[in-house]
Amino acid sequence: MTDLIAQRAAAPISELDRGRQDAAPGGPEGSARPGGPSARAGRTRRRGPSQSAWWALVFIGPTAVGLLAFYIWPTIRTLILSFTKSGPFGGSEFVGFDNYVRLMQDPELLGALRNTAVYTIIALVGIPIAVAIAALLNTAGLRGRSVYRTLYFIPVVTMPAAIALVWRMIYNGDYGVLNEMLGAVGIDGRSWLTDPSTALVAIAAVGIWAGLGTNIVIFLAGLQGIPDTIMEAADLDGAGPVRKFFSITIPLLSPSIFFVSVISVIGALQVFDLIYMMLGRSNPAMPNTRTIVYLFYEAGFLDNERGYAAAIAFLLLLIILVLTVVQFRLQKKWVHYE
Amino acid sequence: MRHVPKSRITASLAVSAAAAIALAGCSGAAGGAEADGDVTLTYAIWDQNQQPAMQQIADAFTEEHPNVDVEIQLTPYKEYFTKLQTAVSGGAAADVFWMNGPNFQLYAGNGVLAPLDGDGIDTADYPAGLVDLYTYDGDLYGAPKDFDTVALWYNTALFDAAGVEYPSADWTWDDLKAAAAKLSDPATGVYGIAASQYGQENFYNSIAQAGGEVVSADGTTTGYDSPEALAGIELWTDLIADGSSPTAQQMTDTNPEDFFLSGKVAMFQNGSWAAIAYADNPDLAGSVNVAPLPSGAEGNQSVIHGVANVANAKSAHVDLAKEFAEFASSEQAADIQADSGTVIPAFNGTQQAWVDALPQFDLQVYIDALDDAVPYPVSKNTSAWTSIESEVLSQVWAGTLTPKDGLAQLAEQMQAALDAEAE
Repeated sequence: MTDLIAQRAAAPISELDRGRQDAAPGGPEGSARPGGPSARAGRTRRRGPSQSAWWALVFIGPTAVGLLAFYIWPTIRTLILSFTKSGPFGGSEFVGFDNYVRLMQDPELLGALRNTAVYTIIALVGIPIAVAIAALLNTAGLRGRSVYRTLYFIPVVTMPAAIALVWRMIYNGDYGVLNEMLGAVGIDGRSWLTDPSTALVAIAAVGIWAGLGTNIVIFLAGLQGIPDTIMEAADLDGAGPVRKFFSITIPLLSPSIFFVSVISVIGALQVFDLIYMMLGRSNPAMPNTRTIVYLFYEAGFLDNERGYAAAIAFLLLLIILVLTVVQFRLQKKWVHYE
Repeated sequence: MRHVPKSRITASLAVSAAAAIALAGCSGAAGGAEADGDVTLTYAIWDQNQQPAMQQIADAFTEEHPNVDVEIQLTPYKEYFTKLQTAVSGGAAADVFWMNGPNFQLYAGNGVLAPLDGDGIDTADYPAGLVDLYTYDGDLYGAPKDFDTVALWYNTALFDAAGVEYPSADWTWDDLKAAAAKLSDPATGVYGIAASQYGQENFYNSIAQAGGEVVSADGTTTGYDSPEALAGIELWTDLIADGSSPTAQQMTDTNPEDFFLSGKVAMFQNGSWAAIAYADNPDLAGSVNVAPLPSGAEGNQSVIHGVANVANAKSAHVDLAKEFAEFASSEQAADIQADSGTVIPAFNGTQQAWVDALPQFDLQVYIDALDDAVPYPVSKNTSAWTSIESEVLSQVWAGTLTPKDGLAQLAEQMQAALDAEAE
């Protein structure tokens, strides 16, 4: 299956565009169907647009319904909710911008923003790692490539809960494997998940590890799309492997790198499951690990203040929106499309 | 960039499918077709250990009411009240469910519970403290099901190995500290006691033993700004500082009870609910027993708390729901619970069977604790300040805040939350 993805991703845009033109209905062959009198051809022309619109609806329909019912409608509801204060068992009153004012004054917000930012920055380290591994896997003549690819992909298809549990054990200060290994080389370990100075980094490392497989597959697809002719030309010009990597591979891979960085930033800003499962509620490191979504969870599900939680969710939406727009603006400076 | 639209479609389809499945699951759980005259009551509980006993009680009810089926819904305690609150808001809560002290006033005060005004229950049959706990504005809403007090569990093998005498009824805090220090051995990784940041098992008791209180009896004033409360907290933080207990960090990494279960901690204060679990644990067989709590300046009080059976006011069969709630707390149900050894039944006079069910432990200490027991601290919206309590005290336990500064912060924030409740 990954081969298929790789091939598709490797096909240049121009080729896909050509394919689309070939498949377009109502082309010259269509009107030249045998036995078609001119009157009938005229009818076909009149009916043409409405028919294609109908087909368009059929194809868009399932996605549109899903999008409306599960994305757009809940988003509107959340926006409305963020201007209300609800009782413990339903029932709500309109309070205007109270929730947002309170959020701006919340002493925990600043910490949550800082923690989320730190986590996001650490998570981005996963991109160069994935590029490097993908480049190694793409080495000509590498044996057992699909075995490595599968190995790196296993964490992606593993349940997050299982990942969290296993890493909790690995990080355990008293009985963890990590401290055991560090001890063997004479380094004193610590309680990685309860020490405020390491908890966030420890969790981000798991996040990188868990997401590595997806990124590697995307980069591998991008690498396989780089034409051999360019590399051969570089060889003739006398470029070494390092020079080729930085002057040819990276620029040609930049669309994939851009895509992965957009997705990674959004994913990192929304981190919750690992923190929820790897730290407990009364974890002493919580002030140094509480992210925006965790703050949202506390407000919405533990304190049951849904309106306030909705305001937090909208702040996060705004942050993601701004950062993504900035990334799209910046891509003009460094992303090369063929 | 042509990945983006494609992955979005896939994601939205996957989400749609998952949501549709979830919705189908909800509607299936909420409804339940009933043939004419046949009724299914749902009964929500949180303790897996007690499920067999609850099933026996449900079966006994079906024997009396052949047309009524009781379906037990088990939700782990960690999610129980989050789920219940959502279910109540959505009108999908169980007909009868377990209730605890910290949450009771919130539910009773918002009209979620049906008052138990029938003939099926006589308040004289239950300890007064429990009846008070589940009375709101003069009406009884919860039928006391069980009660739990706290006592001191100890590992006899570790005591023998260290040559320390077993805990006795006349132990004071000083005896506890001395024994804990003697039992601790860094070489073997054994600690005297697990001084975990638990309220009901640990510091709620020690604050009462020092003569303080967590919250005033009427639930309006914090008690954390008193020197007695400070003494009650410092008992535990000192044990950690002395190395007689694993640190807060260790006890976050590893569940404190697991230290006790694996023989790494010699003493562990726990509620009466622990007896059955310890009896069923083959690793502990013959090597643990239980003693009364040690005394502080004002005695060796234990916190008393109990679960109650309550009926959902919005139930489609509210009268039957009330009847089952009362039945599940009746003498017959109490006997079933007592025989199972899971919890101490609240119905007066049925407790002896619970003590006798597990003769290997001195379980009488839990019944004797009734004499001086202090009520579990609650107010109208208890969870509003327990979340503050848990967060501030986690910094005290970790040592980043001194107990004195931490309690000053806690008292201030808790009082603000209590004042907000009163509005």
